[in-house]
Amino acid sequence: MARLYEYQGKELLRSAGINVPPGRVARSAVEAGAVAEEIGGRVVLKAQVFVTGRAAAGGIQFAENAPAAERLAGRTMLGRPIKGQRCEMVLVERTVEIAREMYAAVIVDNAARRPVVLFSSVGGSGVEAIAAAHPEALVTTEVDPRCGLAAFEAREIARRAGLRGRELVGVADVIHKLYGVAAASEARAAEINPLVIASGGEVVAVDCRITVDDYAVFRHPELGVAVAREFDRPPTALDLIAYEVEKDDYRGTFYFVQLAEGFGRADRYVAFHGAGGGGSMMSMDAALAEGFRIANFCDTSGNPPASKVYRAARILLAQSNLVGYFGSGSGVASQEQFHSARGLVKAFREVGLDIPCVERLGGNQEERAIQILTQYTADLPAPIECYGKDTSARFCARRLRDLTETYDYAAAREKPVPPSHSSSYAFETVTQGTVSFDYSRCDSCASKVCVEECVPQILALEGDRPALNITPEEARRGRCSECLACEVECHARGNGGGKITLPIPGLEAYLKSRA
Amino acid sequence: MAILINSEDRVLVQGITGREGRARTRLMRGYGTNVVAGVSPGHGGEEVEGVPVFDTVAAAAETEGELYASVVFVPGPAVKEAALEAFAAGVKLAVLVPDRVPIWDVLAIEAAARDAGARYVGPNTLGLLSVDKAVLGMVGGRAEAARQWFRPGPVGIASRSGGITSSLAYYLGRAGIGATTLIHVGGDPVIGTPLQDVVRMFQDDPETKAVVMFGEIGGSQEESVAELIAEGVVTKPVVAFVGGKAAKEGTRFSHAGAIVEGSRGTYEGKVGALREAGAVVVDDYDEVAEHTLGVLRDLGT
Ligand code: SF4
Ligand code: SF4
Repeated sequence: MARLYEYQGKELLRSAGINVPPGRVARSAVEAGAVAEEIGGRVVLKAQVFVTGRAAAGGIQFAENAPAAERLAGRTMLGRPIKGQRCEMVLVERTVEIAREMYAAVIVDNAARRPVVLFSSVGGSGVEAIAAAHPEALVTTEVDPRCGLAAFEAREIARRAGLRGRELVGVADVIHKLYGVAAASEARAAEINPLVIASGGEVVAVDCRITVDDYAVFRHPELGVAVAREFDRPPTALDLIAYEVEKDDYRGTFYFVQLAEGFGRADRYVAFHGAGGGGSMMSMDAALAEGFRIANFCDTSGNPPASKVYRAARILLAQSNLVGYFGSGSGVASQEQFHSARGLVKAFREVGLDIPCVERLGGNQEERAIQILTQYTADLPAPIECYGKDTSARFCARRLRDLTETYDYAAAREKPVPPSHSSSYAFETVTQGTVSFDYSRCDSCASKVCVEECVPQILALEGDRPALNITPEEARRGRCSECLACEVECHARGNGGGKITLPIPGLEAYLKSRA
Repeated sequence: MAILINSEDRVLVQGITGREGRARTRLMRGYGTNVVAGVSPGHGGEEVEGVPVFDTVAAAAETEGELYASVVFVPGPAVKEAALEAFAAGVKLAVLVPDRVPIWDVLAIEAAARDAGARYVGPNTLGLLSVDKAVLGMVGGRAEAARQWFRPGPVGIASRSGGITSSLAYYLGRAGIGATTLIHVGGDPVIGTPLQDVVRMFQDDPETKAVVMFGEIGGSQEESVAELIAEGVVTKPVVAFVGGKAAKEGTRFSHAGAIVEGSRGTYEGKVGALREAGAVVVDDYDEVAEHTLGVLRDLGT
């Protein structure tokens, strides 16, 4: 549920024809002064942060004129934390003389599986408080999403809440239009609180809070949502890098969120790599019970390709000062776990993993997964253990504790050196990756294991060299499933001629900035 | 018996020519599901795993006869279209496997399902499996694995987590407890067949003697199950585990549904409601099998 800022929500309301106070968002004190000048007279400054209780925290202030607005914005709001969130923008608006406060909202009711309109002729506080204090003033109406809310239904809602005459008509119009905004932007919730009848009689939306559906954001570029997910803080650099990977690849789930930053080794943070929400939760509980802290939540599940697991692991390992890497899901996954194993092997080899790792890769083909992960990483500096479905998450967390307690983090270690590579033949993959072969190595390779292990079987020998048996275009459009066999299996059992490069936009720059 | 799916039920696969569609058609056929047709617009006349492919669901129904269930494997944003097409052609049960189905699309699917008198499971579900009879979706992943992992018996399994659905059935099976049907209700906040609907169906299924359920923080499904037990609608024993004890308020996991909103949907609230109603709530996941054995022993089965 990505949240829109108040000013974004109000722009949506305004373009639907709902009255909002004249004003604009400002990103500097000078700009705030200029907006106040344009508006003229007394203005309100509202910090654009996602916290509740802004007013009490100094996030809403009044200024009598433009110079005062500039001063207040610069000295007390912009660049300062409001309840822990840095204020980057203030909304500068004309103040409204309030005659009466009301509440209007359209929400998706998860249990009823319908959109619901909530309206109360008493407003100001939260809806729960209103419902408790004035049950008679609160009207709720389920809507058939295929027909939408008719104007007459909106009038009936206003009437049932006790409104009459001009007020009834004005408020019904807002409710009708608010439903339109919620449906058009595919909102989980669109709330106007308070909805105000001003002293002059006009109906004005004084505050507005809209959260939109993460899964629908892709078809609403006009909403300007950078990361379609609710954060109680702005997304971190790694959150953004992960989101770029996640958003364009429909094959399986990848979800990443950083839970901590700026910790030291003594804080005992582990990178957490789960599979499936339920199993992940239990696995994190198991890690917490062993005295670890969780640096991030990550889930790769729903049968993701090996490339996705690889990218997830690389992003996890970009976090500094981890004591370990803990991978554990439900324990009995329907997905074929050797894909995950190959993704992990590629990531671990690339970074030369130097923190202990315990992986619980239970599920389909787990024996093969365990073999791949442990044997192909045997030359890495850190201990890597892998278990299957008959081992509990609790046991795995305990193993990781044992390993981290005896591991010498300070010892200098050598990374394995990847085989030199000069591309003789290459093609692209569906996520802008490149598969390439170095025929000088292939020519002296006895196993040709890449051909045998390529999961979709799109490689064949031409003479003695591996090449596509489909067109490069077909490979690029997804027939190359990025199973990683032509690198991971080749390096372990072939002659090191196969290589796949999978870009993770922003990661290199992030690692450099950190170093 | 079992619930929702049996071996003779006629099944359609939508999106049968895609990566998942192909792989899971193999699983379903291999396990015994009666897959009679597939649909992929533009691929009419082809065959996948010996199953004839049609351009539209109506064409499949015209040629192959009435279709009871459809398993949908198309990208999330295309699921609404697929479900509406299935209901329009008379399909009574749609299993919506993909995740990332926009929520307003689910609302439209819901409205269409109501009109058609049809049911849907998911979205964002691994599907369901009636042991040794049929599977819809991807539970088990491969037919050989599904046959090895799941054994028949008296317990109905319902879970809000996909991975845990198989994991519960496997760990119960290892302890000698078999299952009638296992079902993953789906990880999204709005789903067609929530836990309380499943528990009710298990109540009506003569072969199911007890229910094992995996709940999660967020939403109100567990509370609804508790109500059914308290009201005496559900009289069979319910063994429940609720995940997310350590989750801090507001922390969201990849189940969009697993969010704690205010006081609703908390771990304590759910566990309290279930316990009070008379369900057996297990605190340690590793002990679910043991408690289920105890419940079955008390029933004399
Ligand atoms: S296994 Fe490696 S070295 Fe051998 S042919 Fe394939 S890519 Fe070349
Ligand atoms: S070419 Fe084949 S082996 Fe290599 S990544 Fe693609 S699908 Fe896998």
